[in-house]
Formats: sequence, C-alpha cells, structure tokens
Amino acid sequence: MSTADTDARLKRLGLYAVLVAMAGFYLLPILTGLFTSITSPESYTGQSPFLPPLEPLIAETGSLSLQPWGNAFDGLARGLANSFILVIPATILSGLFGSMAAYGLTNVDWRGQVGIYALFVAGIFIPYQAVLVPLTQFWYNVVPLQSLFAPFAAFPLVQAYHWKLVALIVTHTAYGIPICTLLFRAHYKKLSDEMIEAARLDGASVSTIYRRIVLPLSIPMFAVVFIYQFTQIWNDLLFALTIVQFGDASVVTQELVGIGVSQAGTNFPLRMAAALLAALPTLVVYVLFGDKFAEGVTA
Amino acid sequence: MRNPIATLRNRWSDSDARADGGEPASTRSFFDRDSVRSAPFWLPPFLLVGLFVYGAVVWNFLLSLTDFTGIGEPDYTDLDVENYFVAFADPVDGLLSTVGLGGEVQGGSPAWSELTVEPVWNSLGNTIALMVGFAAICLALGLVLAILVDRGIRFENTFRTIYLLPMSLSFVVTAKFWLYMYNPNTGLINIALGAVGIGPVQIVQNPDLKLGAVAFALIWQFSGYAMIVYLAALRGIPSSHFEAARVDGASTIKMYWRVIIPQLRTATVSALVVITVFALKAFDFLFSMYGGYQPGPSADILATRMVREAYANQNWAYGSTIAVILFVMALFIVAPYIYSQYRRGEL
Repeated sequence: MSTADTDARLKRLGLYAVLVAMAGFYLLPILTGLFTSITSPESYTGQSPFLPPLEPLIAETGSLSLQPWGNAFDGLARGLANSFILVIPATILSGLFGSMAAYGLTNVDWRGQVGIYALFVAGIFIPYQAVLVPLTQFWYNVVPLQSLFAPFAAFPLVQAYHWKLVALIVTHTAYGIPICTLLFRAHYKKLSDEMIEAARLDGASVSTIYRRIVLPLSIPMFAVVFIYQFTQIWNDLLFALTIVQFGDASVVTQELVGIGVSQAGTNFPLRMAAALLAALPTLVVYVLFGDKFAEGVTA
Repeated sequence: MRNPIATLRNRWSDSDARADGGEPASTRSFFDRDSVRSAPFWLPPFLLVGLFVYGAVVWNFLLSLTDFTGIGEPDYTDLDVENYFVAFADPVDGLLSTVGLGGEVQGGSPAWSELTVEPVWNSLGNTIALMVGFAAICLALGLVLAILVDRGIRFENTFRTIYLLPMSLSFVVTAKFWLYMYNPNTGLINIALGAVGIGPVQIVQNPDLKLGAVAFALIWQFSGYAMIVYLAALRGIPSSHFEAARVDGASTIKMYWRVIIPQLRTATVSALVVITVFALKAFDFLFSMYGGYQPGPSADILATRMVREAYANQNWAYGSTIAVILFVMALFIVAPYIYSQYRRGEL
C-alpha cells in the first residue's frame, strides 16, 4: 500500500474519531441524566454518573430502580396534562392561521403585501419580554376572561382555572403565527402558478382555490409546522410563568423548575427523571420526525 | 383620467370580470380588489399579531413612560422619560463597567421608589458578552461540524440527528442537565477534572465562571442548529467550485478558506440573527438554572433583569423600560436583516 493511501486512511480515521467525539459531547449530558434517573435514590452515590446503575456487578454505581420515574410522574402529572391542553390547540391554531396568512399574502397578488409580510417576519424576532407587562395587564385587568370562562367550567373535564390556559393558548397562537406564515410562504411560493391560474380561469373563487388546491398540497408543510410549533410551545417557560403563573394551571416547564430540591438537598435521580419526562414528548417527536424538525428550524 | 381604483386592481379581478361577461372597469367595487378578496385569509391572523405583538409593544412603550408599580391602574396622564434616565444613570462609569474597566456605578432614585434603583449597565454588559461569545463560538463550531459532515461520511443522518438533538429540548430541561454536569461533587465535569487532579471546582455559583458556564451550555444546545444551516448552504455550492479549487492545487484548508467560506455569507448572517435572538431570550435557561429570578450580578442579563423588576420587585414601569431596551436591541439586529432580504427580493 502506498503512503498516500495510508495517509488518506489515517485522515479518514481522524475524521470519524472527531465526529464520534462530538456525538459524545452532545449525548453525554442526556446519557448521564438517563443513567442517574434509573438509579434508586438510596443507592445513589453520584460517583460514576457516566455508567448505568449496575450495582451488584460494579460497585458504587447504584442499583437499578424505576422509582424516580414514578415519583417524577406523580410530581409532573398535572403539569403534563396542562401542557397538552395548551399545546395541541395552540399548535393547530397557529398552523392554520399561518397557512391562511401565507396564502393571502402569496398566492393572491396585491400591492402592499410585502409590507404586511415584513411585519409578520419581524414578529418572529421580537423578544417576549417586550410584551410581557401589557399581556399580564390584558389578561388579568382588561379582559374579564376569568368570569367569561366561568360558565364553561360546568362542562365535564373543564376546570375553572383553565381560563388561564385559554389566555396562554391565544397568546401562543398569536406569537406562533409569524413563524408559521414564514414556513408556509416559502412552500407556497414554489407551488405551480399555472395550476392556480387554470383554476381561476375556471371561475374558482379565492377560498375554493385554497380549500381544493392549496390546502391539500400543504399537508407536508403542516407536518413541519406542527412539529416546530409543538416543540416551541411545549418548551416555553416565560409566557407560562407570567400569564399562567404558579398554581393549578402550571404547565410542565414550570413544575420542572422546582422539582427534586428539598431541605435535605438535591435528589438527582428524581430531578433527572423529571427533566427527561418533561422532555419526552419533544424527544419522541424529534426521534420520529427529525428531518421535519430540521426543515422547520432552517427555513 | 385613469380611475385610481382601476389602477390598483390587479389581474385577478380582471379575469373574474371576463368570466362574469365583461363588467365595465369603472363600476367594479372595492370588494373586487384582491387585497380585499384575500382579506378573509390574511386579516384574522394579521389582527391577532397586530393586537398581541405590535399592540403590546406600543402599550409596553407607554407603560415604560408611567410610574406604574402594580397598585391600581397605570396612570397614563403623567408620562415622562424618567425611567430611561434611571436605566442609563451614570453613563460614564456605567459604560466603563460594561467593558470591564471597573467604575462604581451610581444608581438613580426615581419618583416611584424610595430606594435607589440600579441602572442597566451591568446586565447590558453581560447580555452583550453572552451574545457575542455564544454566537461566535456557536457559528465557528457549527461551521467546522458542517464541513466535517459534508465530507461524504457514512451514517451522515445519524450524526446530524445527534448534533441537532439538544435543540429539541426545552431551556428548562437543558438547564437541569447542565446543573447536574456542573455539580461540584457528582457532576461529570468535576469528575473529569478530579481524574486529572484538579478540583472540585464550584462552577454554577462561581462569579467568574457563571456566564461562561451558561454560554457553554447554550453552545451545546444550539451549535447543531448552526451546523444544519451551514450544511444546507454547503450543499448549495456547485461542486464545480470544489473541483476548480482542487485543480488549482489548493490544499483542503486553503480551499475552504478561500473558495467556500466566502460563499457562506448569507448562511452566516441568517444563523447569526437567529442565534443572537436566542441569546436575548436566555431567560428560561437562567430561571431554571438558578431556580428563580436571581442569577446573581455576574450572570444577570437584560432578559432576567426585566422579568425580575416587573414580576418579583413589582417595578412594572421599570420592567417595561428594560423591555423597550431589549426590543430596540432586537430591532437593531433584525431590521437590517429584513431590509437586506427585501432588497434581494427574498421576502
């Protein structure tokens, strides 16, 4: 074998070594969390968080237990339920509105739409802080949502405190529309003009074209948008903290902040189990639809 | 003279008119305009965004001019810019301390408070340090990873998926993982340091390391994003450019430096904008890491300061003032970007 060949092979080996090391860098915090979360708290020593609990086999690693996950579920159950009540409608609404806005601003041509669209795009980058105080004022002092919502509490499964989640759904919907519009618009620009033109000449109205042509063609984009929005809204803490505040309607990210800390110190197995449990829905979505997620974040 | 409405009307309503059998242009109503006919689609989302995003931004600015401290209704009749003077009080010492040259900063005493209120210099300095350090390293790491992944490797999908994985996590979750990693007794970082005879080092509560520790965790979470953006851009460069450089006999590193990297300008700008705005939003991370509104002066950024002033200290108007400062910072980053997109016809 020539030296050039050996050289190339060594380079290739070095390349993979770096790639694997970087994979380790990204996975280690999650793996140590996972190993710790399945260690029984009594046997936890914290001396080898990089190893799974294999106590009789390897000393000092702790013994296997699913108890932290059970406790984490007990601690987070209400937050998880509230998060799902929040995330599902907010994701669907912001996706639908985003699709409608993108259609009205892309496939129907009119002057001034770029200006309106620029406002949508700028909305993506506005820090939440810039609207927090007005939003708190709005939901607590201006709109009597609490009393408006009271009659709905008579329905099964609806609680009086759900009004806070309604406020949060509307807020997240409004804040999600800009990014959804951007994602859909990129997609709608690529739709064939001839098809829409032909439908128009056949006398189809603006809304018929949307329902019959554009909507069916945007199903792949809806997947991207829903995955993106689901992750964003599920992961958010700041809006929940300031609009829902701590209490019955707390979402899972709020509940996670304080879990696993007591006078006796930090219960790391419980805390890691809780962190993973809170992340589980987004992790599952990511593992199943990683490509769609990547498509959403890079648009 | 041409009818101004007719000049505004576009081809859509024209073709409709033909289908309707040649309705004369001058009688076509306002409702035939395409902006109006498409309004059922774009107007409801626009009103939602207008009310909750832009309306709230304007309202927030008004609140920043009041003395509102949470009691009763804000008094909108007595507006002044006092809060901005308090926020930027003692500018000379403030600016010096922002760039790390020390200087004792004198606080202001606004009408709504009996206590001295801290100006924003400290958190402004931390915000800029975090933004610059985090964004620069994030982009550099992302670029290197993208180039490596682009070398025609096997299992490319697996590597990409792993690198982007942290981005799907919540800031709150990431903070919990890194709190554990940084723990002086049981954290992996200190165990690794202990193995080479250093430590244990207090990281999370150490004023000298705090901000770096936060930035490091954020880099862990978002460098995969920079990689994905760069990878997409690299794939967009025609392979003839790679080949031309190779024929010229350029070494691999030289080829990337001279030929490829200059073509990544657009990708760099858009990744930079997104990542910097992420850094402005790092509140969730700090709140989760420090278990509340108090990350301490050396890790306090404007995002945490704003929420603390409003929601913990009840200095609502002052919180709004800091929010305006954050908004203006975001605007300075985003407005040139959107304008350049518009100029290139990509909006």
